[in-house]
Amino acid sequence: MSIDPTTFAAILAMMTATVFTRLSGAFLVRRFTLGEKAEKALGVVPPAVLMAVVAPTAFATGIAETVACAVTALAALRLPLLPAAGAGVATVAVLRVMGL
Amino acid sequence: MTQSSFRSEVLDGVRAILPLLLAAAPIGFVFGAVAGGNGLSPLETFLMSALVFAGGSQFIAMDLWTHPASWAALGFAALLVNLRHILMGASLERSLQLFRPLQKLPALLVMADENWAIAEARARRTVLTPAFYLGLSLPFYLGWIAASLAGALLGALIGDVAVYGLDFAFPAVFIVLLMGFWKGRETGLVLAASAIAALTVHKLVPGAWYIAAGALAGLAAAFIPLAPKEQVA
Repeated sequence: MSIDPTTFAAILAMMTATVFTRLSGAFLVRRFTLGEKAEKALGVVPPAVLMAVVAPTAFATGIAETVACAVTALAALRLPLLPAAGAGVATVAVLRVMGL
Repeated sequence: MTQSSFRSEVLDGVRAILPLLLAAAPIGFVFGAVAGGNGLSPLETFLMSALVFAGGSQFIAMDLWTHPASWAALGFAALLVNLRHILMGASLERSLQLFRPLQKLPALLVMADENWAIAEARARRTVLTPAFYLGLSLPFYLGWIAASLAGALLGALIGDVAVYGLDFAFPAVFIVLLMGFWKGRETGLVLAASAIAALTVHKLVPGAWYIAAGALAGLAAAFIPLAPKEQVA
């Protein structure tokens, strides 16, 4: 088993990038006191990030994915996490078999 | 904190992360298989998962992989994909009041979408303890490494995961978590702004810029309802 020096350099570069992004947000919040507005705005970061991550799958991949996203969202209103997500996975698998 | 409540908090965390770990394991396995196909040795795949520990940037890296590997291109891509971590870390920091400084550092270093989303959801309902976060993060970190190493060693055996819909596990989990953050029309505005910006940038710009664009647009939308009443149409 081997480690190629250029591969290792790439891994270290990626690590540096992710360490930087993971630490800098918390550092900035500690360093600068936030106003009430900024505090409130930061509260919307979780849904905004999650929405951005799923948007291409939900709206720009295919009919099967769009329908499955809607099914998952509706299931989430009634079911706990695992069954709701499972409903979405089952939906997408069935629709893909049907050729959508 | 007493010994027994420490244990129950850790176990609560493990229980909360378990479904996400089950969703992540096949993805990690696929990553390992793809990495093997790109010529990475199992040891290199293991190192990338352990040191980078960011599924999104690891998959993008496999898309961009060249021989020899370009550390500048891959490092920059990882930076772009993970720009959202800056906002996530800023948000998470406010939920870490019970953490000592020496606990905050590792907590932030292993922050990923999954344990972060659950930690934030937990912090809204009750207090987030270091024990709960440990229960979330340690199994998830080790599970991701183990799954990608298994993929690197056994990858050739697996077929296309898309056939079983397993590639949809992540979006599905994120949608369920997303629904938990709904707080009425203000949230709707944030989600609409984020989705529109993400879709537009996804269509126009290659790479992972769309995530940062959506996050920033959603953040900007949060300021709209806070404008002075006279300006509300």
